[in-house]
Amino acid sequence: MRDQMVSIKGINDGLHIDLDPEQEWNVVTAELASRIDQQAAFYAGAKVTLDVGARPVRRDELTSIKALLDRRGLTLACVQSESQTALDAATALDLRIIALNAAATSNNNDGAAAYSSEEDGTLGVMVRRTLRSGRTIHSRGHVVIYGDVNPGAEVVAGGDVIVWGRLRGNVHAGADGDTNAIVCALDMTPTQLRIAHMISTSPPDKRHKAKPEVALVRDGRIIVETWQ
Amino acid sequence: MTAKVVTVTSGKGGVGKTTTTANLGVALARLGKRVTLIDADIGLRNLDIVLGLENRIVYDLVDIVEGRAKLRQAMIKHKTLPELYLVPAAQTRDKTAVSPQDMITLANQLRQEMDFILIDCPAGIERGFRNAVAPADEVLIVTNPEVSAVRDADRIIGLLEAERKGPGRLILNRVKAEMIRKGEMLSPDDVTDILGIKIIGIVPEDEYVVPSSNSGNPVTLMENSRAGKAFHNIARRLMGEKVPFLPLEEKRGFLQQLGRLFGGGGA
Repeated sequence: MRDQMVSIKGINDGLHIDLDPEQEWNVVTAELASRIDQQAAFYAGAKVTLDVGARPVRRDELTSIKALLDRRGLTLACVQSESQTALDAATALDLRIIALNAAATSNNNDGAAAYSSEEDGTLGVMVRRTLRSGRTIHSRGHVVIYGDVNPGAEVVAGGDVIVWGRLRGNVHAGADGDTNAIVCALDMTPTQLRIAHMISTSPPDKRHKAKPEVALVRDGRIIVETWQ
Repeated sequence: MTAKVVTVTSGKGGVGKTTTTANLGVALARLGKRVTLIDADIGLRNLDIVLGLENRIVYDLVDIVEGRAKLRQAMIKHKTLPELYLVPAAQTRDKTAVSPQDMITLANQLRQEMDFILIDCPAGIERGFRNAVAPADEVLIVTNPEVSAVRDADRIIGLLEAERKGPGRLILNRVKAEMIRKGEMLSPDDVTDILGIKIIGIVPEDEYVVPSSNSGNPVTLMENSRAGKAFHNIARRLMGEKVPFLPLEEKRGFLQQLGRLFGGGGA
């Protein structure tokens, strides 16, 4: 169904490179290298968003493709993927990530499983470390952070955001417009908190005691209440 | 026996990286260690001035990397401490004149002959930062007790973790006990609460620091400077000794305390 195993498209602020998840990794990367080399001067300096699809790209593989791009003067800025492995690898390399939860929509159409006792659940990404200033997490699903979100860090999720730690950076739940999205944190003092199109900020220095809270939308505004 | 490579960085400018590097170098040399300081701030060199060695520069870091000078030729010996050397930065070039691999090669050349190699990192998170951090065995992050400096330190720690150099240890510089007591300045606890890394030293604000940097005699050389004492203690902690932290405030005399009781203040 795809005519090329590597597709390179110009987007707003750089290049969107799509790698066929079906093909052999070595073949795809070799093809990518030669495609760039054909128009080296044209591509040099570009910021790259790499879409690896469902392929579970390992950290070493991502490191080598980052180096491959570096040598040609391109910067790998962002990795887009459906695979948790690839997203973890990208996070470890301090790259921006976009989680695509295509699997969630396609799996639900089986039909046969109408009365299954299995809960389907919804897809999300899990980040098992503290997000320091300058780090961002973008996901179309939910985001769970097992650690703190420090001031200057940013979490943007299509669904809910759960922070098992202190939330002090910027957070945006229901970023695609879902006003049912919620934000939970063990200590809720975000710089800015958004749900769908609504924005709120933490009250200035209230010398508060840390307690688990949840932010949600009620009557058209964001409210924060004790999490129970 | 090989040297330990320690990079001093901060993210934000003006928090005291160069002062810290110079003072730690002097303190380690006075403790009998062989020390080389490398100024990695190419284009904005300062470390030579703080050490009073500006007029002795013949070759610099870029000369070594580009093969115009041997490492030994570019190393400037300190005026009074025979085991303290400086590799100055170039003033006329920029950060791209040196690569991270060049810095690793340079540090490795020195490792056999030194006990400590301290690298003064430029402000920012770009090429200069990557150059300075590449050869590091340990990273010291200098910050001030103010929100913007701590924010940048947090970013730096994140980058260090990504480069597998982290998390490093923290030097809290220019701390004013008086202001902390009034709640006007972040306390060491406030800072570690955000950054979540170990503190290796707390350096009090000290009026001796600026004139001593201007005259090229780091405060560690002065007996009665509290900042100098703090740097000396950090040097000992770097050597692996356990040294208790200095109290934040100098002990006040009885009369001064009485004055505070009745007068409610007094600086």
